[in-house]
Amino acid sequence: MSLVLIAEQVLNGLQFGIMLFLMAAGLTLIFGVMGLINLAHGSLYMVGAFCAAAVAGATGSFLLGLVAALAGAALAGALVEIVVIRRLYAKDHLDQVLATFALILIFSEGTRWLFGSFPLYLNVPEYLSGPVTLPGGIEYPVYRLTLIVIGLVVALGLFLLIGKTRIGVQIRAGENDREMIAALGIDIGRLYTIVFALGAALAGLAGALVGAIQSVQVGMGEPVLILAFVVIVIGGIGSIKGTLIGALLVGLTQTLGGIFLPELMKIFMAPSAATSVGASLASMAIYVLMAAVLIVRPTGLFGARA
Amino acid sequence: MLKSLAVGASMLALLSGAALAEPVKVGMITTLSGGGASLGIDTRDGFLLAVKQAGNKDLEVVVEDDQRKPDIAVQLADKMVQSEKVDVLTGIVWSNLAMAVVPSTTAQGKFYLSTNAAPSMLAGKGCHPNYFSVSYQNDNLHEAAGAYAKEAGFKKSFILAPNYPAGKDSLTGFKRLYGGELAGEIYTKLGQTDYAAELAQIRASGADSIFFFLPGGMGISFLKQYADSGIELPVVGPAFSFDQGILQAVGDAALGVKNTSQWNKDIDNEANKAFVEGFQAEYGRLPSLYAAQGYDTANLLLSAMAKADVKDADAFRAALEEADFKSVRGKFSFGPNHHPIQDIYVREVIKEGGVYTNKIVGTALTDHADVYAAECKM
Repeated sequence: MSLVLIAEQVLNGLQFGIMLFLMAAGLTLIFGVMGLINLAHGSLYMVGAFCAAAVAGATGSFLLGLVAALAGAALAGALVEIVVIRRLYAKDHLDQVLATFALILIFSEGTRWLFGSFPLYLNVPEYLSGPVTLPGGIEYPVYRLTLIVIGLVVALGLFLLIGKTRIGVQIRAGENDREMIAALGIDIGRLYTIVFALGAALAGLAGALVGAIQSVQVGMGEPVLILAFVVIVIGGIGSIKGTLIGALLVGLTQTLGGIFLPELMKIFMAPSAATSVGASLASMAIYVLMAAVLIVRPTGLFGARA
Repeated sequence: MLKSLAVGASMLALLSGAALAEPVKVGMITTLSGGGASLGIDTRDGFLLAVKQAGNKDLEVVVEDDQRKPDIAVQLADKMVQSEKVDVLTGIVWSNLAMAVVPSTTAQGKFYLSTNAAPSMLAGKGCHPNYFSVSYQNDNLHEAAGAYAKEAGFKKSFILAPNYPAGKDSLTGFKRLYGGELAGEIYTKLGQTDYAAELAQIRASGADSIFFFLPGGMGISFLKQYADSGIELPVVGPAFSFDQGILQAVGDAALGVKNTSQWNKDIDNEANKAFVEGFQAEYGRLPSLYAAQGYDTANLLLSAMAKADVKDADAFRAALEEADFKSVRGKFSFGPNHHPIQDIYVREVIKEGGVYTNKIVGTALTDHADVYAAECKM
């Protein structure tokens, strides 16, 4: 196992983590501000990927596809918030889970109805395809480096938005005491719609970016959703900083675990058994990480609520 | 009064039973929603096309969606056997669903004709006189890929498959006829969509070729990321990742890849021509392997109906065993464990008039049967 390989895997882990962050940031905002468990967040990821594939396919421009993904997912998010989610804030979490689960089914079958059951084509644009040689002789796809950069820029933008702007103040206030900020004359309904649309747009962006190197198909969002929930539990619900660190931890654990655990097992057993046992252990690794974090810090790494 | 009504009703039942020629009712359980829906939809469309072309009024088909969930498939099978009173079940795409449904169905005396899934457990010790696989035995296409890799002179293949029973069968099947050295062997997570880590390992391993079995969306992701990684090694795989339904989503990344299949749309025979043209005319798209398997299954069933009454299970089974139908694959016969003996081809992905599709470039295995037949006692 050479250093170059390890460095490349660390990059892979970072890139995976950053994409998880985009997905989980919206989820944690929505949970933190509105107290809503939104299982349909994965559907918004899918909506973003499908919008991007449809627009990029029609216009030939990947950038327009990304814009369409942001707009389409934000619009879908705002619409869902106004039509369905708004009625759920006062309900308990079980009702929210049921209703948003129903939304998953509606989104999935609706997408199939619109686009058919076959996966769509969305590819990395010509100018970002192929590998580049990094210092140290690491060959790494340009597109994945771009993903890391875009993710970091979005993370920075989100910190500034939450920390430095008026809407950010309102969001933070909404997390702490929603009655009070309503009493101070802030239109809480509008704030909720904006937060929901923002979260949806981030999920849609992640879906479009990842869709270019994966498969744009119905049901693509649900596996990512599970990881996103793990991320926000590790990071502490409602905390953007926690989500970023949680996402990177999960990304690195998942990627490096998948490589090193089978190698580690080879010390103890035959190679074919080792790959199989190692692969099984690797898929458990992030849940073990989550359990460990929760034992030490029951509210997550940066969780505020006791 | 009640008694005479009951007698009247039973008389009527007798009458209606006698009035019709013995019809056959088929229950099709397949995946029509969720991520794997395109496979089930193709299976269904291929099957129904054959039924429509035959115009046989005595064949009734009931189609239900299993949502790719074993529990739902079991419920549907119970409903079809008990309340719909079907004679034959078919259509399941996934091996884990087939394992949940097939043994109990055949134990109740119903026939099961597999349009796709054919796990090793049902081919060997768990074989059953009423169970027929029209597609293949699960290992077959992987064995063919191994045979091809050997013939192509690959000495150091890197092989990967998802960590679930069909994935393990796949790598076992590949290794059975490959014989060369392995540069690496990886089991990925089922449903995994990011293969950056695996690609880095492939790059570092010094492999001279890659074999992978990653059905559905997993294969699309892998191929796109492979093309973007800059690794340039020959790639071999079974047909599932290069099927008509998903090639368009992979695009240029799949061009030139060799894959193994027992069917392709350019096999030259009357039945295949009628199928490919009929399918395009009816549905406006090119047929896939799953559609071809559905089509053959329906024609096998129709051929048996012409020879025997489904209520006479022994005669009907004998008629099925004869496999007296025109398969789109050309040669087709059943081995002693009711699994096909057939040729398996090597295909190459090409672009034909703006559409990505496959072309046969050679034959990997001739008259190939599966290794489990010897364990089957029936």
